[in-house]
Amino acid sequence: MAGSGNAHMRPEHGPLLSVDDMVVEFPVGRRQVVHAVSGLNIDLLPGETLGILGESGCGKSSAGRAIMQEPAPTSGGVRLAGTELTGLKGRSLRRDRAKMQMIMQDPVSSLNPRRKVHDLVSEGLRIWGYDGDDLDGAIRETLTAVGLDPDTVWDRRAHELSGGQCQRVCIARALMMNPDVLICDEPVSALDVSVQAQILNLLERTKETYDLSMIFIAHDVSVVKNISDRVMVLYLGKTCEVLPSTDMQTRALHPYTRTLIASIPGGEEVVAADDPVAGPVADAKPQAATMTELPSPLNPPSGCRFRTRCALATDRCAAEEPQLREVGPGHFIACHEVAAG
Amino acid sequence: MNQDNDLVLEVRDVRTTFLTPRGPVRAVDGVSMSLRAGETLGIVGESGSGKSVLGRTVMGLVSNSPTTTVTGECLIDGRDVHTLKPNQRRQLWGPEVAMVFQDPMTSLNPVKRVGRHITEALRLHLGVGKKEAHDRAVELLRQVSIPEPVRRMTQYPHELSGGMRQRVVIAMALACDPKLLIADEPTTALDVTVQKQILDLLASLATERNMATILISHDLGAVEGRTDRVAVMYAGRTVETSRTSRVFNNPVHPYADALLASIPRIADDPHTVLRAIDGSPPNMLNPPDGCRFAPRCRFAVDRCREESPELRDLADGTDDTHLGACHFPLLPARQEVG
Repeated sequence: MAGSGNAHMRPEHGPLLSVDDMVVEFPVGRRQVVHAVSGLNIDLLPGETLGILGESGCGKSSAGRAIMQEPAPTSGGVRLAGTELTGLKGRSLRRDRAKMQMIMQDPVSSLNPRRKVHDLVSEGLRIWGYDGDDLDGAIRETLTAVGLDPDTVWDRRAHELSGGQCQRVCIARALMMNPDVLICDEPVSALDVSVQAQILNLLERTKETYDLSMIFIAHDVSVVKNISDRVMVLYLGKTCEVLPSTDMQTRALHPYTRTLIASIPGGEEVVAADDPVAGPVADAKPQAATMTELPSPLNPPSGCRFRTRCALATDRCAAEEPQLREVGPGHFIACHEVAAG
Repeated sequence: MNQDNDLVLEVRDVRTTFLTPRGPVRAVDGVSMSLRAGETLGIVGESGSGKSVLGRTVMGLVSNSPTTTVTGECLIDGRDVHTLKPNQRRQLWGPEVAMVFQDPMTSLNPVKRVGRHITEALRLHLGVGKKEAHDRAVELLRQVSIPEPVRRMTQYPHELSGGMRQRVVIAMALACDPKLLIADEPTTALDVTVQKQILDLLASLATERNMATILISHDLGAVEGRTDRVAVMYAGRTVETSRTSRVFNNPVHPYADALLASIPRIADDPHTVLRAIDGSPPNMLNPPDGCRFAPRCRFAVDRCREESPELRDLADGTDDTHLGACHFPLLPARQEVG
């Protein structure tokens, strides 16, 4: 990807959360800088789930954390329900950010091992001064909503629960704050296969009941497709492609997205079959693109950042950075070479 | 011992028990299997199902000790790994059986150059000279598709990416031309785009060398299409084993069936509700009586909770076997109702 640009933004719909030209950079000494996220634009409508897809090192987790201002992005804006978060500090930031909650990858290590479940779940509310009998009632209600029996888990600590149960506690903890936006950073990748489906179903159900919008960050194409309305594919801190998740298998155009889909073990044959638009890409053997490895984010390639691994790359890709352009309804790619469908 | 010389590995009723302060853990509880030259067996299961311990037991890395009991037989080329003396067992590792582990960083020595890792095995086991070992190592690196193999020989593991390191580990395992390769989650620590390359590499090397391979993975997708047969493990036991396509298309055990149904597929529509398996895998300190999957099984009845089902052939009159350990195996009609 390549590229930058904000062609995919939909300002007319009044987004709940919008991220404007966000840059996240980490200095690593000797005047070197890791370019984790470079110019990311996101808009999230109420009730929508946006999937962010990419391999490790693509900046997807940095993006999620920068939206939470944890740490704040190097530059760019993050607006939540009309409030600009990037300039806020201290108490006002904590107050306005409470409408946004995060669920981390490793559920066990994100819970304080010395605290009991009811303590963990109610911590956020107690910080904001809620207390008393109605608090216990609220804890019970939320624990039940995430599929835990309040009487059984009430006094347990994290080590007495399974990974799936811990992730349910984390979800309950987030829900207690009555958030509008849930940011899930690889919430199922640390879980057992048979438990992943439970948590994915729970997140989907919770989103309906609590009327949430969700940003779902993951590396697994099938998982992201399952839970998202729209998918954004990141590569080395830039956006490659934004597309409706229904089109994921059949209409994905960007060479990097095609590479990710082709990498699904056992899924290759299915992909190539019914593909009306991506003929040239399929012919160019997207697998060949993966033979080299991810370039260093210290010194990303010029122009299109994916060009060093791309089977279609030309001189233009090195010289000029592709901008996101619309190629179909709700479908945007940043690539010079792929023809619009 | 075997009339069938083709048989590279024969495992008979292996049980591995770890004695822990909180009681014995039966990590592997009566598993049998066999493998011919050139054949690939996939072992799938969740964490804690005993698949990795089984791999290490077969290899002889886990054997009898004050805290571990291993019973049953693991015959590699007719010799039982667990009755061999330690120095005899060491001679088996390399020329007979080799292993590829999950994490390529921790299986390489950070203060030794890449070349040393490979030449060490060659010189020790095959007794070749320095020069020849170097040339063979370069050739091995070339076979695992490492670019510029001569230069890589003098680099340290930290100078290579994860995918390259895993290729070095594979080259090490193949150095002495083993008859059996055990790959324990070889791609779990790698990026998605690199995983497929490594799995394809393992498959093509196995075919080239007519090597028997055991591919241990929690990723059903990795096993489908790359193995001849597959064994599904749950709580230390094999619950189902047959030709890979049979297990994936017509699972007979409710666990295998539910596991396959619980994975999101790219071909499904977004927001498809997944058929999740309730509960979580059992605590192996205190596994449930009877069928170990019974507490999570949709079809479980009283008999399942009392009587442990034996692994038996459930193939419907066809010539290849389809073993399943269930009192009430799934038939096509019942799956549709479910």
